[in-house]
Amino acid sequence: MTAAASAPALVDQLKGGLDAPICLTWELTYACNLECVHCLSSSGRRDPHELSTAEAKAVLDELHDLQVFYINIGGGEPMIRRDFFELVEYSIAKGIGVKFSTNGAFIDATKARRLAAMDYLDIQISLDGTDAVTNDAVRGTGSYATAIAAMEHLRDAGFGEFKISVVVTRHNVDQLDRFKALADDYGAQLRITRLRPSGRGAESWHDLHPTQAQQRQIYEWLLAHGDRVLTGDSFFHLNALGDGSAGATLQGLNLCGAGRVVCLIDPVGDVYACPFVIHDEFKAGSVRDPGGFARIWTGSELFTELREPESAGACTSCGSYDACQGGCMAAKFFVGIPLDGPDPECVGGHGEDAMLTADGATLPRPMMDHSKPARVPVQLTRR
Amino acid sequence: MLDASLDLHPRVALRPEPFGALAYHYETRRLVFLKHPDVVRVIKALAAHDTVADALTACDIDRHRWASFDRALTSLYESEMLHDRCS
Repeated sequence: MTAAASAPALVDQLKGGLDAPICLTWELTYACNLECVHCLSSSGRRDPHELSTAEAKAVLDELHDLQVFYINIGGGEPMIRRDFFELVEYSIAKGIGVKFSTNGAFIDATKARRLAAMDYLDIQISLDGTDAVTNDAVRGTGSYATAIAAMEHLRDAGFGEFKISVVVTRHNVDQLDRFKALADDYGAQLRITRLRPSGRGAESWHDLHPTQAQQRQIYEWLLAHGDRVLTGDSFFHLNALGDGSAGATLQGLNLCGAGRVVCLIDPVGDVYACPFVIHDEFKAGSVRDPGGFARIWTGSELFTELREPESAGACTSCGSYDACQGGCMAAKFFVGIPLDGPDPECVGGHGEDAMLTADGATLPRPMMDHSKPARVPVQLTRR
Repeated sequence: MLDASLDLHPRVALRPEPFGALAYHYETRRLVFLKHPDVVRVIKALAAHDTVADALTACDIDRHRWASFDRALTSLYESEMLHDRCS
């Protein structure tokens, strides 16, 4: 997103919602070969009610009519779907560009060449450490080697500038320079995003999320390198560390885009306000409902409500509210902080106090859990 | 830029929005906010007129606003949203 988005009047316009989303995430399947401890969609096993190829194409027809410029495809692992290439090619042929996130397990030399031959396609390889020990602790044994192999295939196939997508945790925050160097080595672009307590992340967040000191470290690193690094505009809560001047403000849209410029279509066709709130409270409807996606985007009660001017709530008296906008709705929700309360990672420390008063017993549980069942060792007995 | 002969780049799509329009460039993947309906009108009129100035006149844009339109169109030209028309 360009700096042209900085005029206050425009931000107010965006808060009121757009005619169609700018940033639409579509998780194609809950199936995944990995079981990352911070998976925002608690993926693992396919859901039997996932959209069929025909239903998925009908959604793409609708997005085309709405002039959605591009979609962000994720999962689960989207390449597990047998119709993955069929859907991507259908989308691109309709003029809807595709960015997809993958752990790389299904990108061999042949598939890399096929991907490299396609226009309007971006690939994000997920990697959460610049070494196997750091990465595999979060993403599972062997996942570092898998991602690197995929990156090599893409480079060898001449794909061009793919993305390396990193969720910043307290264990990899010191590796940001090395991630950047790794991306440069592969002719790739680095993308770093914020860890949320969503999905299985609700369990791992307290162990993984960056400390207060590390929040400042991320902010300063982004001020120094932000012009060449993508963030999905996900670190806007860190703007409270600045003085509001342009040089101390992170690039991108400084607002929660949920239901305004952003939304999620999940594998079974349910539409949520953002990818990080897979919970009934943020479900606006299903693409299978009469009127489809368009009716949800323009008319659902939830999205209409999210576009109303929000109250600053507990943050009213804080001088930084204009800078941080109260932070991330999803992060608050899953740690039990009211939506008009401070972000759990509020750089002023107000989030930690708010979490202390949250009632652990009534914390909202992530819904749509498709985690694989824990393996039970088989008892071998002699007969 | 007022004397230039411009047009929307063929790989750019415009999507109407309450504030004006969104412009998306499929090759550079850049997304730009066109923050006033008049800017959108002028951009759409470029193809039918020899120069930017002619398009501004045809769209009834007041003279005192021309400088700001010049700046906006120059910035769009530099980001390749607009290109030189070969005629």
